[in-house]
Amino acid sequence: MVGNAVFRVEGLRKSFGHNEVLGGVSLELHAGEVTVLMGANGAGKSTLVKIISGVYERGGGTMVLADQDFAPKTPAEAIRAGVVTVHQNINDGVVADLDVATNLTLDRLSGSGAPTLFNPMRVRREAKAVADRMGLAIDLKARVSDLSLADRQMVAIARALAHKPKVLILDEPTSSLSSAEADRLFALIDRLREQGVAILYISHRMSDIRRLADRIVSMRDGIISGIFDKKPLDYEGAVNAMLGRKIHLDRIVVRDSANAVFKIDGLRIAQGARPISLTLGDGEVVAITGLVGVGKTALAETLFGVRQPLAGTMTLNGRPYAPETAGEAIAAGVFLVAKDRGENGIVGGFNIQENISLPFHKRMSRFAVLKRRLERATARRQIEELGIVCRSEKDEMSELSGGNQQKVMVARWMAQHARLFILDEPFQGVDISARRDIAAKLRASANGRATLLFVTELDEALETADRILVMSEQTIVGEHRNADVDLDRLLAEVAGGPLHSAA
Amino acid sequence: MTLRDHAIRYGFIVLLFGLVAYFSIAADGFVSPQSAVFIFQSVAITGVLALGVTATLVVGGFDLSIGSVATSAMMAAAYVMVVLEQNALVAVVVCLLIGAIVGLINGWLIVYMRVPDLLATLGMMFLLVGLQRIPTEGRSIATGMTMPDGSVANGKFSDAFLALGRHRFDFFIPNLIPVSVVVLLVLAVLIWFFLEYTRFGRMMYAVGSNERAAELAGAPVKAYKIWAYVISGVFASIGGILLAARLGRGDIASGNNLLLDAVAAALIGYAVLGAAKPNAFGTAIGALFVGILLQGLTMMNAPYYTQDFIKGVVLVVALVFTFALSGRGRR
Repeated sequence: MVGNAVFRVEGLRKSFGHNEVLGGVSLELHAGEVTVLMGANGAGKSTLVKIISGVYERGGGTMVLADQDFAPKTPAEAIRAGVVTVHQNINDGVVADLDVATNLTLDRLSGSGAPTLFNPMRVRREAKAVADRMGLAIDLKARVSDLSLADRQMVAIARALAHKPKVLILDEPTSSLSSAEADRLFALIDRLREQGVAILYISHRMSDIRRLADRIVSMRDGIISGIFDKKPLDYEGAVNAMLGRKIHLDRIVVRDSANAVFKIDGLRIAQGARPISLTLGDGEVVAITGLVGVGKTALAETLFGVRQPLAGTMTLNGRPYAPETAGEAIAAGVFLVAKDRGENGIVGGFNIQENISLPFHKRMSRFAVLKRRLERATARRQIEELGIVCRSEKDEMSELSGGNQQKVMVARWMAQHARLFILDEPFQGVDISARRDIAAKLRASANGRATLLFVTELDEALETADRILVMSEQTIVGEHRNADVDLDRLLAEVAGGPLHSAA
Repeated sequence: MTLRDHAIRYGFIVLLFGLVAYFSIAADGFVSPQSAVFIFQSVAITGVLALGVTATLVVGGFDLSIGSVATSAMMAAAYVMVVLEQNALVAVVVCLLIGAIVGLINGWLIVYMRVPDLLATLGMMFLLVGLQRIPTEGRSIATGMTMPDGSVANGKFSDAFLALGRHRFDFFIPNLIPVSVVVLLVLAVLIWFFLEYTRFGRMMYAVGSNERAAELAGAPVKAYKIWAYVISGVFASIGGILLAARLGRGDIASGNNLLLDAVAAALIGYAVLGAAKPNAFGTAIGALFVGILLQGLTMMNAPYYTQDFIKGVVLVVALVFTFALSGRGRR
């Protein structure tokens, strides 16, 4: 096998500051094969891709392309050498205001040897050659901004392929495509595979992976945690290697709740998705787990009023609950710690105290004037409660570590009593000790409300929840009491296929 | 705190005091109540506009239409009193309504029509500059003017209205402080209190810093943004009222510098006390700073045509303070 590897990476390392993102990654790509790379958020996939495509400089290790040393300093260099990457954001790959023909030949407009004058006839002729080779049936005169996402994606890939690459890297290419659109992409990938291109395909979608993969490589915490190339491919094994499964030191004492606090009945969050029904009890911590893109955040946002469900009803404390804005949800006692705190949580211009009080200004003011003493006292209490490491409640958020920033986000929403407390990926970018602190705090304070966590990593669910629900394809597909969990069944549900006996 | 932190925080205030000290020695008569009042009076109208635009800066927007809102209000006041022969109260109400309506339209364009703030308010500026000329076919408005239809406008500015520009309150010295300065000080305190101490002001800052986070904290982000533009429009129309009262006529040629001066004051305000963000106190100091500098230089016989250049220099220095020296600007 080693002999016919077109592209080989060995012992690749990369650190940002003290944070080691890649800890010696070795990977081989073979001609005419689709290698799927799986990994949870923060596993180091995108760093790996960016090093291969010349965006980042590597920290150590070697890369070999067709028996020659490969060390691109810029993306352009990598492309010239024959390693072409189509990035996740489709619009990075095309210029929306130009027509398809110009987009397909864009890379010939600059660089040495490019003609000074723009000749539309020649451009169209060259573009037609590129399109024909790919079997691309799109009007070359159409403006890219008028095309569907799938067509734009095709143009971006076609543009990449105009360089006749040896290696093609596709970073989550189906994340914004419908299944019919994805089928067209798969047909194209099949064609490229036959032409002998080595393809690295990054995705979370099990349906894509089942359709395309010749090999699966799982990544976790900056290293390759599993390589699967024996047919039939062991999909559950790959998911397991990606999500990891460590022995837990502190097993939790599982509680069962009799008092229902929150009920969902027949909720549909996406077109064509099966309805969701579930009940959350008082004092119970429930984790919903599933791969990226299965609708966890959509469900969280639906419960919080930021998104509207297509169908179904919700009941909170026996009363109908149908929030139309986040404000209504908060007033009803449903709080959400949104995922990606930098984007959705932290107000950068505010210090810790002001960040904590943000949702509860109304309750903390008289005649619209904020009670600053109450605000400060609340912040101090919450800093104490969650063990936030800081000098004072006046510290800037940017001075805190990731774990402490996340604690502030959780502290913000624990400052007032919640009926339903939702946390979306609360442990993302959080060190292990902060994660333990937050989980312990959640469990200790769980009485009097229902707590719902959305996590991708299985470990996090196993460490914190009384019950674990599995989500796949925008719906709930499995339920487990977190005591003697049948992990094989759980992983099979996460992987989205029927349970097949481990050989 | 390091020396650098101190420099960022107090640098501009020190500079202000240094300037005052220098002019006190170098320019005869700079230190006198009359001179101080003159400085305040010279920045009163720009100051009011600057305080309004600060509100839009706080929510992460910008309002380029303030200058033209002020001149439109001025023309409207003149039209209401001179042509329509109404009293001062009607004139003031019409002006405030114009400010509020323009603010609402700006907010609507930005929030619902998704026009970028700079472009929406630029368009509005153009529109108003043109609109204010239509009723009189491009002529200034004064008592006795001939209307497009040949009739003569016989109304006049009411005394009550003119008093807004000419009356002076006693303050230790008789007839010292003009109404416009009082209006500036009152509005400055109001908007400062509103932004710093009320929950609405706090949420406006949150909207400006991280809109998504504010929305997920339950804030009606769109309403906050629209209100910011309404505040800006109303403040600008108050500036226009003061301008009309000072001039005593509807002069199409005046008010050209209002926008740039006001924006400069608000941006200079970023540097005051190392705030690195829009703030009412800073805006007021920024306006004052420009006023003191110009007054001092004028008393030292600097030619009038150097004024814009000097304002520009001050603005650029203040922006360097804000963005290069303080870490917060870098985000």
